[in-house]
Amino acid sequence: MSKLTLKTEGDTHIVGTRRFAAPPEAVYRAHTEAELIQKWLLGPDGWTMPVCINEAKPGGKFRYEWRNSKGEGFHITGEFLELKPFSRIVHVERMFLPERTPDNHVETTFEAEGGGTLMTIRMTLPDEQTRAAMLATGMERGMEASYARLEGMI
Amino acid sequence: MQERLNLDAAFSALADPTRRAILARLASGELTVMELARPFEMTQPAISQHLKVLEDAGLVTSRVDGTRRPRRLASPAIEAMDQWLEMLRNALEANYSRLDAVLAGMNPSRKRGGKKR
Repeated sequence: MSKLTLKTEGDTHIVGTRRFAAPPEAVYRAHTEAELIQKWLLGPDGWTMPVCINEAKPGGKFRYEWRNSKGEGFHITGEFLELKPFSRIVHVERMFLPERTPDNHVETTFEAEGGGTLMTIRMTLPDEQTRAAMLATGMERGMEASYARLEGMI
Repeated sequence: MQERLNLDAAFSALADPTRRAILARLASGELTVMELARPFEMTQPAISQHLKVLEDAGLVTSRVDGTRRPRRLASPAIEAMDQWLEMLRNALEANYSRLDAVLAGMNPSRKRGGKKR
């Protein structure tokens, strides 16, 4: 289906959209049922999710742990704030890399669209400073990547 | 070509939280020193000093507009930001491509009594 779009919005938001060929019920379930989540929420090649705990109810918690073949790992914990089957999920999450990242408030909506689903993810960071730090870290990563690519060309 | 990035200077410029905040605010558009100084508990000369570090690193540039000298992100900074968003997009897109395959394999009637639309 359509590729993901991703953009920054205002001082504290990052917004993504993605279309899927399946109806909202299926896409919603793939975001809330552990045995489905473990099949796709994996990140770069070579990573698996050996631990996937998901209590998909308001106030419920989730914990995802990833590992690669070198034995490296990281995890995310979060809490569900709102769940409206099969149209809306609101949760808070943070990563442990192992240092804890600031809480990211995430609203995910699933809208029926021509037999498929339009999914919109709206991430809200706690404040301007946090997003500033995130954008600056991103800028560093971007520069490192451009620089590495430049070195590869020489 | 006048907007050259000094990589070492850029990384050290980014290490300071005030300078990171200045870059993030310039990401949404051009601002003067006075406008930049407003949300910070800092004097304009202190902000100007930070801007000089960012300009020397090639991350910020300015233009002359009458008596104003608005600052904006220099193209290497904008490209670095875009490059990062693209990397983030690619990482997430890899997951969603896998999700496409998972959805294609799901039986829509499972557990839910086969409600058809």
